[in-house]
Parts: sequence; structure tokens; C-alpha cells
Amino acid sequence: MTLVYYAIQQTVNALSIGSLYALMAVGLAMVFSILRLINFAHGDLMMVAAYLAAFALFANLPLGLAVVLIIIGTVIVGLLMERIAYRPIRGAPDVATLLTSLAVGQILQNGMLLTTRFLGQPIQIAFPTPDVLNGVVAFGSITVPRLNVVSLVIGLIALVSLSFFVTRTVPGLSMRAAAEDLTAAQLMGININRVIALAFAIGSGLAAIAGLLFAVQAGQINPYMGFTPVLKAFIAAVIGGFGSIAGAVVGGFVLGALEVILTALPGIGDILPPGMVSPSTQALLQQWLPSSLTGYRDAFVFAALILMLLFRPNGILGQPNREEMR
Amino acid sequence: MSTLDDRPANPAIGEVRPNKRGGVAALIQSPVAIRLGALLILAIGLSLLHLSGRVFWQGLVINLGIFMILVLSLNLASGFTGVFSLGHIGFMALGAYGSAILTLPLAKKADYLPNLPAWLASIHFDFYLGPFPLGFLLATLLAAGLVAGVALLVGLVLMRLSGHFVAVATLGFLVIVRVILFNADNFTRGSRTFSNVTPYTGLWWVWFWAILTLYVVWRLKYSAYGRAMLAQREDALAAQAVGLAIMPPRLLAFVVSAFFTAVAGSLYAHFITSFSPTVFYFDLTFRVITMLIVGGLGSVSGSVLGTVVIIALAEALRRLEDVTLLYGMSQITLAVIFIVIILFRPNGLLGRREIVLARLFRKGGEPSP
Repeated sequence: MTLVYYAIQQTVNALSIGSLYALMAVGLAMVFSILRLINFAHGDLMMVAAYLAAFALFANLPLGLAVVLIIIGTVIVGLLMERIAYRPIRGAPDVATLLTSLAVGQILQNGMLLTTRFLGQPIQIAFPTPDVLNGVVAFGSITVPRLNVVSLVIGLIALVSLSFFVTRTVPGLSMRAAAEDLTAAQLMGININRVIALAFAIGSGLAAIAGLLFAVQAGQINPYMGFTPVLKAFIAAVIGGFGSIAGAVVGGFVLGALEVILTALPGIGDILPPGMVSPSTQALLQQWLPSSLTGYRDAFVFAALILMLLFRPNGILGQPNREEMR
Repeated sequence: MSTLDDRPANPAIGEVRPNKRGGVAALIQSPVAIRLGALLILAIGLSLLHLSGRVFWQGLVINLGIFMILVLSLNLASGFTGVFSLGHIGFMALGAYGSAILTLPLAKKADYLPNLPAWLASIHFDFYLGPFPLGFLLATLLAAGLVAGVALLVGLVLMRLSGHFVAVATLGFLVIVRVILFNADNFTRGSRTFSNVTPYTGLWWVWFWAILTLYVVWRLKYSAYGRAMLAQREDALAAQAVGLAIMPPRLLAFVVSAFFTAVAGSLYAHFITSFSPTVFYFDLTFRVITMLIVGGLGSVSGSVLGTVVIIALAEALRRLEDVTLLYGMSQITLAVIFIVIILFRPNGLLGRREIVLARLFRKGGEPSP
């Protein structure tokens, strides 16, 4: 029983983390597919959203209103970022645009640092979790943190509506056309600036949702919180085949599962109920998967990224040809 | 593109300007004399600074030297080959921790890192040759050599990638190094501060290494290897077509650059004497990249110029921050400068040109030798 319970709990855990990564990765992939820009500042949009959420909740705004304001605020920041920094360098070499996004990230981080100081807040603030997201949900005898269920549900709703938007609406179609071939799309009379702005707006909106959920999960926020998630989202996007929206979603869930497995496996020898496996197997597990390995999870995840880039740069769904040397 | 007359000039570019052109002009115009002269002036400057006892300025100049090593070696790896690495600070961290563990005096070691493996716990590099801290030199060389080995392994894997994928993969390397440093408690004390490092690093150490790095990078640029690096950066297909392999020059640049980056790490460790893994992360990476971009990818004198400009600017901004209490303002300003440079001078202040000291001594209109 314990093991089944544990497995179900971990599955829900994996799905909820996966949906967060998927939300982030989709924004990265959309922008990348059109502009070939790896937008590292995407993680900082998430951070901005988390702070907006904290300020809104400190001000005791009702949750619904707060969420709307957070999304609008983050979208505005995302659009400004595109207009001020990325539009002028469109067409520059890959590395130049990548470095620009790093600089944009620095500006957002330190801008937030200045803002918090100006508002008299410490650098690290405890996130005021709304009551709706506290507590647990019980399915029969199995209890799951409510936050995980909410993350999963919200993530799925957002992703499903995104897929509807991309496949069934005219702006969605023009976005896919731009991703296919920017110049050709332009020749067909598509307003490229509008499409790119739209991609940034949608990405920022999704990042805002992810930021809010991530902040609740972490319990505290700081101006640098976006860095690791954006790298993870990048990994998710690479796993799924970079630039593909569906791939980014798949990659997000795969990464979520991978992380949960890597967190759960070390020390598994200690939690197995007696009699599950033979004592010798248990001893072997304890020896080869000691709980001290847990800390190395991110190292394994990034090693997986490097292997993916080398051997399947087009993702698990794509063709297995290598990234050619250019 | 670089031309043939951009031959190695002097380390201390831009620091020396002639104030007199008298009868000795012919003598001082020979390149060797100019180089020796510039070294002499640098040495006199350092001696004066050393004697003045101004701790603040000494610290600033030490920092300048350390960053110069970092920027020059990053330029070697990224600017020359076009394979942009965001993971170099990982090599710096390994160099810092490696040499710091080695130089820790034996008595302190048992107390401070009680779980070191026996072989590592028993070796120590805190010995002197007369007044000369030979152990520090050996520890730096050993740590940097090990890091170069790591770089060879990492490079064999990563140098196959290109464009922004290599940037992200090297960033992945940086994260992996950080995770390892945080978790290998027995060696690094984990997230706790690693202190008690003997403060060996001084003006002379740093500038000895800085000049050596400058010399090696400069010589490499104009060697056959360097030209192979530039060639495969400009056009990999064309380079292959004329018979140049792509991997060897990339690997060479990566490994040599990792070596010097690790040296900078060792110098840094023995300068600040206490640090934790958080020091060697993204902020430092971004700072070094800013210097590199401002100076110009691929320009050696640009790296020197970029380092000086950004160090001076950062210091000025830091003081402004202390007065106005607007902490974060300096980072924002540097990032804005960074974006402006990419927008309006995408090749940096110097582009791929070099400042050749010998030319500064020449009168305008005089033909090149």
C-alpha cells in the first residue's frame, strides 16, 4: 500500500511540475520558432509575475482580480522587452541575440531589486500563499497537495486553449506561418511585427501563470528566482524538439517525470516496505542509490540536456540527425 | 579581418604614449625595444603602487589583472573560434577550489576538511623556496592542469555543437559544476564558505600571469593554429575545403583558455581568501562577457581595453551606488551599455582590429615597415 500510495503521489507531483515546465517551455519555443532567439529573460518574466502577485496579495486584492492584473502586467513587460530590446536586433547573429536576452534578464532582475528596495522590502520575501492553494485534496485514502492539482488543471487548461488558438484561429495560423518561414509569411501579407508581439504576449501570459504557481510552490521569491526555471524550460523545449509547441509540452512533462524520478530514486532502498524485494537487492539499492545523490539531481538533468543536444538535437519526436557543425 | 602587419606588439597596450620624439626615435621604434619599454613602465607602475601601500588601489589593480586573464582566455575560446562558451566560470571555480584545497596548510586541513581522502589530506603546497611561495605556483599549475584535462573531456563533447546550442550546453556545464561544488561537501565544504585560504596573491603574481596570458593568446592568434581558429569561425565549410580540420583548433582554444581561466580562479581564491560556490555563477559570467563584448570578440587589445573600461566604470558606478543607495543601478547600467554596444557596435569597441603599439610611435603618414 505504501508503495502504491507513494507512486501515485509522485505521479501527481511529476505531472504538476511537468505542467509548469510546459507552460514555460511553450513561451520559449514560440519565440524561438519565429525568431531563432533563445529568450533567457523569459525566466525573469516569471519572476516579475511572482512579484506582481506578491504585491497584489499584500494589497489584499481579491484573487481573481489579482490574477488578471498579474497577467496584464507581465504581458506589458514582455511586450516592452520585445519592442525595446529584441526588435532592433532582429536578424543579428544567434549569439548576439542570446547575449542580448541575458542582458535584458540582468536589467529585469536588478530593476526588481531596486523596486523592492524602494518599497522597503527585503531581497527575499515570503510569498503570501492564497488560501485556495493551501491544504490537500483527498481522493479516497490518498491525499495530494491541492497546489499540485491546481497547477496541473490550470496548466492543462492553458495548454489546451493555446493549442486551440494555434490550430483553429487566424492569428494562430499566421503565427505558425511565421514560424515556418518568416520572409514568406511577410510576403503573404502577414504583419510580422504583430505576430511576433503576439507570440511574446502569449508567452508572457503563460509565464505569468507559471510564475504565480512556482512562487506558491517555492514559498519565497527573490529577483534571481527565474534563472534555473528558464534553463529547465529550455531543457524541456530541447527534449521536445526546439521550436515545436507540441514538443515543448511533451518535453515539459518528460522533464517533470525525469526530475521526480531522479528525486525519488536516491534513497529508495530506505523507504521500500520490508518484503518488497529481497534483502540483497535492497542492500544493493542502498549502496548504488544512496540518498546523498539527491543533491546531484540538476547535474544529471543538465547532463541529459547535453546528451540530447548531441544525439537528438531535434528532440525525442524529431529526426535523430546531429546538429551539424557550422 | 586582421591583416599581416597586426603582428604581436606589446602587452601593455595603450598604457604608454610617447611624449617626446627626439633623436632616440629610431632606437625606440624597434618593436623589441617598445615591448621591453612597456614592460618596464608597467613594472615601475606596479612597484610604485606596491610601495605606496594604497590597499584600495592595489586591490583594484589586482582585480583588473584577474579579469584581464578571464577575458583574454574567454576571447581565445569564444572570440577566435566563434564557439561561444557561457561555462568558463565553471573552470574558474574548479581552479579556485582545486588550488585552495592544495595550498591549505596541513594543520588546518585536518581540522577544516576532515573528510578528505587520505592521499589528498596528506599533500600540501604551503612550502616556500626562500621567500618565494613555490607551493602556490605548483598548486596553481597543478589545479590548472587538471582543469585543462577536464576541459579536454568537456570540449571533446561540446565542441561538436555550434551556434547558440553550444552556449546553452556550456551553461549546462556551469550548472553542473555548481551542483557538484555544492554537494561535494568533503572537498568544498558545500554551501558553507570556504575560508582560511592563505592570501598569496599579490600585484606581482597577478600581473605575471596576466602578461603571460596576453603573450600566449597574442602569439596563438598569429600562429598557424590561431589562423585555423579564425578560418573555421569565418566559414567552416571553406576551411574544411582547404583542408583544415575543425575540431583541433576549437579544442586547442578551449583547453588553453580553460587552463588560464583556472589560473585566474586560483589567483582569485588566494586573493579574496574566502568564497562559496555562489561566487562563481552567472553574475561573474555576465561581467566577463560584458568586458569581452565591449572590447570586441576576437581582438586581443580589445579584451584589454574592454576590461579596463568596464572595471573602471563598474568601480565608479559602485561608488555612485554607495552614495545614492540605488543598489542594482550599476548592473542595469552595464547591461544597458552591453545592449547598446550590441546594437550600434556589434563588433565591440575595437571590432577585430588591434592596437599595435609600434604604430602609436610612428609619425602620421610614415609608411609601414
